[in-house]
Amino acid sequence: MNPLLQVSNLRLSYPGRGFRWAAPEVLRGISLDIAPGETLGLVGESGSGKTTLGRAVLGLAAPTSGSIVFDGNDITTASQSERRKLARDIQVVFQDPYTSLNPALPIADILSEPLIGQGKKPSEARRSVTALLDQVGLPADSAARYPREFSGGQRQRVAIARALALQPRLIVCDEPVSALDLTTQARVLDLLIDLQRRTGVAYLFITHDLSVVRHISHRIAVMYRGELVETGPTAQVTEAPESDYTRRLVLASPTADPDRQRERREARRMLSLRSKA
Amino acid sequence: MSTPTIDQVTDVADATAAKRAGAFRRIITTPLGLFSVIVLIGIVMLGLLEPVLRGHDPNTADLAAINAPPGTPGYFLGADQNGRDIWSRVLTAINVSVTSALIGSGVAVGIGSILGLISGYVGKRVDGVLAWIFSLLMTFPALILIMVLQPITGGTYQTMMALFGIFISPGIFWLVRNLVRGVKNELYVDAAKVSGLSNRRILSRHVLYVVRGPIIISAAFMATAAIGIQAGLAFLGFGSAQDANFGTMTADAFLNIYRAPLQLLWPSLFLGLMNAALVLLGNSYRDALAGPQAAARRHRKKRSASTSDATAPSEEPTEARKASAQTQGKLLSVRNLRVSYPNLDGTRKEVVKGISLDIHAGEIVGLVGESGSGKSQTAFSILGLLPKQAEVSADVMNLAGDSLLNHDAKLLRRMRGSVISYIPQEPMSNLDPSFTIGSQLVEGLSSSMSKKEAKETALALLARVGITDPERTFKSYPHQISGGMAQRVLIAGAVAPRPKLLIADEPTTALDVTVQAEILDLLRDLQGELGMGVLLVTHNFGVVADICDRVLVMRDGEMVEGGDVRTIFRNPSHPYTQELIASILDEETVRTDPAPAVLASAKEQK
Repeated sequence: MNPLLQVSNLRLSYPGRGFRWAAPEVLRGISLDIAPGETLGLVGESGSGKTTLGRAVLGLAAPTSGSIVFDGNDITTASQSERRKLARDIQVVFQDPYTSLNPALPIADILSEPLIGQGKKPSEARRSVTALLDQVGLPADSAARYPREFSGGQRQRVAIARALALQPRLIVCDEPVSALDLTTQARVLDLLIDLQRRTGVAYLFITHDLSVVRHISHRIAVMYRGELVETGPTAQVTEAPESDYTRRLVLASPTADPDRQRERREARRMLSLRSKA
Repeated sequence: MSTPTIDQVTDVADATAAKRAGAFRRIITTPLGLFSVIVLIGIVMLGLLEPVLRGHDPNTADLAAINAPPGTPGYFLGADQNGRDIWSRVLTAINVSVTSALIGSGVAVGIGSILGLISGYVGKRVDGVLAWIFSLLMTFPALILIMVLQPITGGTYQTMMALFGIFISPGIFWLVRNLVRGVKNELYVDAAKVSGLSNRRILSRHVLYVVRGPIIISAAFMATAAIGIQAGLAFLGFGSAQDANFGTMTADAFLNIYRAPLQLLWPSLFLGLMNAALVLLGNSYRDALAGPQAAARRHRKKRSASTSDATAPSEEPTEARKASAQTQGKLLSVRNLRVSYPNLDGTRKEVVKGISLDIHAGEIVGLVGESGSGKSQTAFSILGLLPKQAEVSADVMNLAGDSLLNHDAKLLRRMRGSVISYIPQEPMSNLDPSFTIGSQLVEGLSSSMSKKEAKETALALLARVGITDPERTFKSYPHQISGGMAQRVLIAGAVAPRPKLLIADEPTTALDVTVQAEILDLLRDLQGELGMGVLLVTHNFGVVADICDRVLVMRDGEMVEGGDVRTIFRNPSHPYTQELIASILDEETVRTDPAPAVLASAKEQK
């Protein structure tokens, strides 16, 4: 089967200031692919370029070279009207549920907007709002409310419902649970997995949290300073990491068990001593 | 926690129904707003009803009525030196002023906001060209040009006002452009782009909403400017005197000021009323847009004045003494701590509901809870860093034998410097960007030692917290170092006075995991070295497991459970703690169900 999304040797640098300023390269030749219905977890620290990669796939950042192929079509330099058509297939859930929903619009408008944008009649679009709310576990009377009336977790559900509105085949999830409380986080992750099983949508799941990515991903790609250092099945990458950086990352993320955390700390010390020697 | 019951949601909806009622409703509920709306509508109605209300033609001179005093039959406000009815002339002048205001602000808003939207949203070269043109426009002396161009414009006040509108449009242009540039980067605009909306739809639905309020406000001010300029030019004799207007009326009355001083009153009165009402309306619209927060702020100020002795113990003194007897020998002991904030309606909302906690010397205590649990409020009340409107009460709040209650500000400040220290969540925003790291560290130290000593101590501290090149960091500005380095600097500052108690509020939340691990190591080492007690506020159970000896779990302002780390993790007794522990994403459970496509492709490969 062909991959749903194929990114090959993608490079991206943001324009520098002034003509002699060297443009810093944020992505330095990234290649990865996602199969239909699969979750690829993209892990990395701040500044590793993981969010930029997501934005490039969404068409919000322009790559300098390389290619992004979606379902056999090259979308690296898709025009605005092509992008508008692509909206049916590629959607997004952002990290911050507080700024990703327009505070001025009621939930019904937020959810029907993508449908109207694709040329559906407003009345028709409104009708599908209830079904969308139901899909993400929100009561039907949420439609008339405004984002500020909801908690962070509920807002994120609204954002997920908006992403689902067009029944996309790929959703770019940019740290969708990082701003949420622990109990909420677990529920939203379960919702995402459940939706994937029901609709067969693929996720590009961007996060810095290894425990989150372990929970939701089929495969994991680890990014470090604009490069991909390791890709592989979740269990393999988190339990027997190949690259030095991934090993450091795994050992640095604390586990919620005092005794095991002590062992992990010792292991991390040993690793850093060895790397210094 | 994520899905409150339907009841809760309805409560919220009721509370916000008033907010939804629209800005206009909110304007007319304030006395000032209502007054200005009534005055404006009244004046405009007078102008519109001119044909009905006027007694004479405004330009008809009656020799018999020259300088007739107010109250003369047929001449309600009297007549001017040419025997023209002042009342009729006022009505006509109102129309001229309203038209001037509409033309002047309309042209400015039209040009400024449309081009501002385009310039801000499209950016790049379009923005460059438009910004240049509007900068150029701003350099023109508007008034002089309007006077000089009079032969071309023909001198009618309408064309003069249109020209004026063009000259003041840069005000709107810059406002809109800068607002749009801010909104353009909002995530919801990105989400709209990904949703496949057209630019026009994004602009009208998402961008215009944000800039609409400020446009209306500045349009109100531009309208007053247009009215004033029109009257001023006419007073100076520019423009045709065909229609009666406030400018020519004041000019006429001015010449006549010794014989009939009252004549000057009428045009000035209406002109003043109109402009005052417009400005006040703009102001109250701004207040209405700012929403209830602005009103609440005013309300709070009143409250806090009445509750200035906020830290007074609320319980019986004997109770307090008994409690303080129990707390001896502990580094920090707090009994029955309560923190509350005023609501809009004057009631108080309690965010910390009578909690008690102890910290022994040399112990790291984790304070965990979800957002809104009151954990940060608890920490801040110990530090004395809560905002003024917070009301703090406790039976006991003892730190190393001294009570933190009822102390004068000076003593508290000294204790804060030497006994308690604080590490914040956002290291970057806690460093002043305009001073070097070194000067900020030395500032804290120099109260107890000489400048030179302070510098040496600061350098030693920087080296101690693991900064590889202390000299260079000492001379750097905050933007030149990373978040992890900034947190190390703040830790250096916090441990410099060798505090007995360190309060850390989510000290690693903003950092990467690898940096977090290093910072936790550093905190552990320093704690062992100085033997201080640490209160670590966090939501991350991994951090708790890594560094804490004891944990206290908070929910909704109450202490749910507390105890030894291992006990809490292995055998949580309270259902809420059990739920929290169960929500921790387990390390063993890796997602195992294969993706459908992966299954298929695996088969293919075989």
